[in-house]
Amino acid sequence: MSNVLAVLEQRDGTLRKVSHEVVTGARRLADGLGGAVEALVLGAGPVRGTDALGAFGADTVVTGTNPAFARYAPEGFAQAVAERAKAGGFDAVVFAASATGKDLAPRVAAKLGAALAADATDVAVEGGKVVVTRPIYAGKALLKVKLTTQPAVVSLRPNVFTPVERPKAGAAQSVSVSAPAGRVVVKEIKAAEAGALDVAEAPIVISGGRGLKEPANFKLLEELARAFGGKAAVGASRAVVDAGWRPHADQVGQTGKTVSPSLYIAVGISGAIQHLAGMRTSKTIVAINKDKDAPIFKVADYGIVGDLFEIVPKLAEEIRKLHG
Amino acid sequence: MRIAVCIKRVADSETRVKIGPDGKSLDEAGVKFVLNPYDEFAVEEALRRKEAAGAGEVAIIAVGPAAAQETIRTALAMGADRGVLLQADRVPADGLETAKALAAELKAGGWDLILFGKMAIDDYNQQVGPMVAELLGLPCVTCVAHLDLVEGKGTAEREIEGGLEVVEFPLPVVLTADKGLNEPRYPALKGIMAAKKKPLEVKPAAFGRGGVEVLAMLPPPARQEGRIVGEGAAAIPELIRLLREEAKVL
Repeated sequence: MSNVLAVLEQRDGTLRKVSHEVVTGARRLADGLGGAVEALVLGAGPVRGTDALGAFGADTVVTGTNPAFARYAPEGFAQAVAERAKAGGFDAVVFAASATGKDLAPRVAAKLGAALAADATDVAVEGGKVVVTRPIYAGKALLKVKLTTQPAVVSLRPNVFTPVERPKAGAAQSVSVSAPAGRVVVKEIKAAEAGALDVAEAPIVISGGRGLKEPANFKLLEELARAFGGKAAVGASRAVVDAGWRPHADQVGQTGKTVSPSLYIAVGISGAIQHLAGMRTSKTIVAINKDKDAPIFKVADYGIVGDLFEIVPKLAEEIRKLHG
Repeated sequence: MRIAVCIKRVADSETRVKIGPDGKSLDEAGVKFVLNPYDEFAVEEALRRKEAAGAGEVAIIAVGPAAAQETIRTALAMGADRGVLLQADRVPADGLETAKALAAELKAGGWDLILFGKMAIDDYNQQVGPMVAELLGLPCVTCVAHLDLVEGKGTAEREIEGGLEVVEFPLPVVLTADKGLNEPRYPALKGIMAAKKKPLEVKPAAFGRGGVEVLAMLPPPARQEGRIVGEGAAAIPELIRLLREEAKVL
């Protein structure tokens, strides 16, 4: 057996986009191991989007249903995934390093007595073993590790494993799974503003720092984010989070989130080392700052020196034209 | 209320990371080590809960080298009662090994709460807390940003993509603390003096082989030298052209 279990996520009965990345990473491992990918998603009933998983390389797609699985149920999910992992004799179990994956993967690894490499940015198979590269010190260094347990448990950093079309059978099954009455119960999800993206998962992140001068001026960045048509999230530097201008959920950096969007726009951020650590794996970085010597320009692909209050609204206008 | 807080000694977030001569670990020369920032929220929360209950104990437990005694003293200076160091030259790369050592230490403690920071800012493993909970058979809530405890039950809020999850749980419980849970206190001089006299037990940590073999620690991929596109709003058309044609992100 050299098969790989891809553990996917749904919300409100629809598969989350990050699941395509998980199947893509799992496919890469399965190709190296010479096995198949089984995709597993847990929900209260059928999950929309599972029929597309064959295109990304899933050989089989299993929907595990339980009435208690409408929302994430930490203990029930952990037991269901661990049981499936044991029954299938998998060589690797792959999660997204999302909020749910980061909570679930350690529980499953502990139940399986398996090693977990979290937040991987690269996976490979060397000598029949899973090898994972993952950022440490918030991306100031990478650690390359070999996992020697069977299975190896891995979680993948969102936005890094670009979904690749690799058509496979994608044969779908639905099985009902048992679950313990969880002691930890998710009672409610307080949704942020409709359509708001999380900085860790957004394909475009626009972050602001002290250069914005006061909290109200973040509306300039929110307008710029809107110009990208729902693909952008607004982030923040530690300085402005510590000052209470922005929620800590938005903080990018070593004591916040490490992000890898395709486009990162740093506005009025000088570029403290702990901030740079959190965003340097972005594919393209743009910096807008009035100080031409600011460290942020050292990591930015494209810099504009000048007054952000003049530049940002005009940039939003131009972006709106493109998306208009 | 009996509360255990598991902490870690980590390189400060301002550290410029240099790879050591073995090619597999941090060169520690000149590095300042601190109490892991997320663990500060856990220590603070423990102290507030004990203060609110009016009685109890806050014990600090760490896996780490002899120098981690200083880190434990920092938490004792904040107000914790006693410390335990499970001493090891190196914290295992496999979080499950660390979790097993901690679980063995915590097992017979009769704790109402076992707190962790949500992750350590050095290895970014983000797994030891929930693994300890599994090993001890305790419920667990990770990344807690808001906490209410009433008579053996709790409600927590944890951040998920695009929102907050509201979670209910019974005690005893394992919780991992996120930024925003509280504002950690600074140790006062009086606390620092008192901490020197507080009990700190040191015993060797026992680990298995573990399932993570470190092959290499590498510098992050170098970013190509960027360029200044121009000054002021006049540079916007050129920026847009580069983003479309060169970077192909628009």
